[in-house]
Amino acid sequence: MTTKNVHMKIGEMKTATGLVKNLEVSIGKIVDDSWAEPMGPTPMPSISALRDWDMKLLTKYKPFYMPDCDLCCLCTYGKCDLTAGKRGACGLDIAAQSSRIVLIACSIGAATHTAHARHLVDHLIEKYGRNYPLDVGGLNVKVEAPVTRLVTGIRPKTLGDLAEVLDYCETQITHCLSAAHTGQEGNNLDFESKAFHAGRIDQVGMEVADIAQISALDFPKADPEAPLIEMGIGTVDTSKPVIMCIGHNVVPSVGIIDYMKENKLDGKIEVVGLCCTAFDNTRYYDRAKIVGPISWQLRFVRGGFADVVVLDEQCIRTDIFSEAERVKAPVIAASEKNCMGFKNRTNDPADEIVADLVSGKVPGVLILDPEKVGEVAVKVATKIAPIRRKYRVLPEIDEIKALAKTCRQCNMCQRSCPQDLSIPVALKAAAEGNMALLADLYEECIGCGRCEEACPVKLQIHSFIIKAGEKCMLEEKNYCRSGRGAVQDTEIRNVGSPIVLGEIPGILAVVGCANYPHGGKDVYDICREFALRRFIVVTSGCSAMSAGSYKNAEGKTLYEEFPGEFAAGGVLNVGSCVANSHIAGAAIKVANIFAKRNLRGNYEEIADYIHNRVGAVGLAWGAYSQKAASIAAGFWSLGIPVLVGPHGSKYRRMLLGRADKPENWEVYDARTGEKVNVGPAPEHLFQTVETPQEAMVAIAKLCMRPNDTWKGRSIKLSHYIDLHKRHYGCMPPDIHLFVRTLADVPMTMKDEIVKILEAKGWKETVIPDPTLLPRMIRKKKE
Amino acid sequence: MSCEPWQCAEIAATKKANPITKPEVAVAMIKKAERPILIVGSNAAERWLEGRQLIEYIIDFAKASKVPVVATAHMVGEFLKRGYEPAAFMSAMDIGNRLVDPEWQGIDGKGHPDLALFIALPYYMESLILCGLKHFAPNLKTMTLDNLYHPHASWSFPNATLEEWASNLKVMTQKFEGGQ
Ligand code: SF4
Ligand code: SF4
Ligand code: SF4
Repeated sequence: MTTKNVHMKIGEMKTATGLVKNLEVSIGKIVDDSWAEPMGPTPMPSISALRDWDMKLLTKYKPFYMPDCDLCCLCTYGKCDLTAGKRGACGLDIAAQSSRIVLIACSIGAATHTAHARHLVDHLIEKYGRNYPLDVGGLNVKVEAPVTRLVTGIRPKTLGDLAEVLDYCETQITHCLSAAHTGQEGNNLDFESKAFHAGRIDQVGMEVADIAQISALDFPKADPEAPLIEMGIGTVDTSKPVIMCIGHNVVPSVGIIDYMKENKLDGKIEVVGLCCTAFDNTRYYDRAKIVGPISWQLRFVRGGFADVVVLDEQCIRTDIFSEAERVKAPVIAASEKNCMGFKNRTNDPADEIVADLVSGKVPGVLILDPEKVGEVAVKVATKIAPIRRKYRVLPEIDEIKALAKTCRQCNMCQRSCPQDLSIPVALKAAAEGNMALLADLYEECIGCGRCEEACPVKLQIHSFIIKAGEKCMLEEKNYCRSGRGAVQDTEIRNVGSPIVLGEIPGILAVVGCANYPHGGKDVYDICREFALRRFIVVTSGCSAMSAGSYKNAEGKTLYEEFPGEFAAGGVLNVGSCVANSHIAGAAIKVANIFAKRNLRGNYEEIADYIHNRVGAVGLAWGAYSQKAASIAAGFWSLGIPVLVGPHGSKYRRMLLGRADKPENWEVYDARTGEKVNVGPAPEHLFQTVETPQEAMVAIAKLCMRPNDTWKGRSIKLSHYIDLHKRHYGCMPPDIHLFVRTLADVPMTMKDEIVKILEAKGWKETVIPDPTLLPRMIRKKKE
Repeated sequence: MSCEPWQCAEIAATKKANPITKPEVAVAMIKKAERPILIVGSNAAERWLEGRQLIEYIIDFAKASKVPVVATAHMVGEFLKRGYEPAAFMSAMDIGNRLVDPEWQGIDGKGHPDLALFIALPYYMESLILCGLKHFAPNLKTMTLDNLYHPHASWSFPNATLEEWASNLKVMTQKFEGGQ
């Protein structure tokens, strides 16, 4: 790394002048120059250091606000009505308020990943020492921390180095959040710029978390052939005790797995996971199983499958302990961030805690020592499983029929359901003995339980749906590839050129949560469509699970059908949420390894490179969380467009280009300094798409970049036109905006397209060496 | 028929839509508008009313009223399949974003719309877009032709059954066909 704190502590020292006691000297930072790369202009940027870059993007992609709420109630001056131009008592208007909400969301997201990283790094340093070396891919990965190098200018080599990187992140997140205080930032675009900054920091925090755990816990290291993991409720062997881990932080699960292994109990106990912990468990222990995405918590608990529920952090239902109590499954809370009101039993003897949980004396405990969590969870699961006998709270079909008769058809359930599911109609049919309509809701239900909260006669609607869909649930047996981590430098070397020239039509990153509008199948369909089109398809998080949850005609899941390489036609799961940093990292590495651009503290230049050359698009079809917001912000600030599914509109602001305004699409040609109109490529930076069909067309279009060669552009255009014709039933109306020379036109469609170009008054233009930065212009020699 | 937001939690509106008590009232307001547009979302091909798809009702209405249609998502294909060519198609976000731009000259380039009719978008998306327009397009009036009350619109039908919805759409179409 670049800097070192020199800190000396001397207990006792005899000198010529006498005895010195307890001398402590801190002489700040010493630059370590072992990294030859020159430092770029913005190492460890402050919250305003990259403001000019952010504003460039925000001018091209202006915010479109959909405030959702007309009010602000953040301070005691409020509530303030900000409707249509009214200002609040502090002077804030609704545009600034809407962007403040975005900043707050991104800061929460960045804080969550960074705090997760901090916990991991501190824990791993305690266990393995500060000097434990980082290794994310052996000889295949020399650029081991591209995001950290880019943002901070630090090249971390050890766990201790990561701790210093986190110091920087924590400071920046504090600044970002402080800007949201009443009477601080007041301009909407400045709020947006700070949200971008939170996104940049978030990417660093995620990278630190993932490379720490990959290195110290020996996760797959940039391995395209990371193991295939059993996934789905149907894969869980319920004859064994089942420990269910929910959340994102693998540390308590490592305690469980280590204890099992040490006591030769692996194979005798099922360790299953929900949400990202599931992935990281499998990266540590390939016999761990993945139940499914975040939205399946109630399904699994109410179905009685779990004998013990272990909670770490993030995206956990906050009422999960009362749900677990209903099925007599003890809960172990294992994170300081999520104590769930339980008594802290960290310092009690394990057997005492086990006895209390097994006897039901307490429904749950807080244990902050992962090794103790391991011992207690395993012992409790083993003892309680025969007693619980998979006690469940799902009603029988006859009971559903009888209870459905009490439904008042008041519609409150449907009006509370985020999916607007036709529950009353399904219950009417159920009352007559027809469960088919209820079973139909199974796939689309996101398991939020809001319907039950709203029902005046307290019907357990979600349980009815699970029971009606039980057959489907028990048949869920699929495979997901364990998270491979980073992309190898060698893979980047192989694909760098075809990506930048446009001959690989795009990189599609399907990431994020499971708040899908109509179930997970859409994720599978989209991934498969683009893998067949030989895009590089990268998955992570709950989306990676949904991608693996369906099969092709030959009965193969996506991960069995396509190779796990970062190559055309590959489908690779990088891993959990924090592994999203490897996706940004891959784009950054294209600039570094292929184009030989310096990374070190050189954010703006690299983002400009990626924005103009790397045809990558993120799709968060079911994004719900603040973490998803900050992850997206990290991509926006790199100039990578992100699409969200319909629920993503609730992030309240989009970043949209205006294809109908030609003046918005000029770049400099770095060769000549001339301004060149390159058309709306990419058209948007953040956009909600309404249907999977729209998503597919938008993905193909958003992969176009100003730098595409004619060959690359013609390949990209043919995918765009083909998908447009298939889903929209016609030629794209904006085709003339993407054709620069006639060589761009796909051969097979030449006649048809040339006619359109003529009708639109199209004029040929040049393919520039594109940049948004005047300083990148190489002046013409006189 | 009730004028509470269809999705119970969508209550954070201080300026709420005026309820449309009868379809005739909506027709009168549409006739008064100089440059109306009709934005049609993806539920048009999902919802069935009295054995007919919603999109069929919408096509009848659009033909009779001559209000130009902007199809969102992949709806253009559904219209074309049924032999009706919408005046434009673009994403729901794009049309929302253009409507908040006072300089935008409409889909025909002849002037900014003064009335935006909405139908068949997912409820929450439509609600958000209407909210954006309420705040940032002060000179635009918005109206929903859905059967679900939308507080953020300028005018909205109250919550209604599918039968009532079908009947409203038919009455509106007839009023235009009759040239009244
Ligand atoms: S922060 Fe400003 S707008 Fe919000 S409640 Fe306080 S005074 Fe009103
Ligand atoms: S649990 Fe399912 S059915 Fe109930 S409100 Fe949530 S999504 Fe709708
Ligand atoms: S809220 Fe309860 S009573 Fe009302 S329609 Fe839904 S299930 Fe029936």
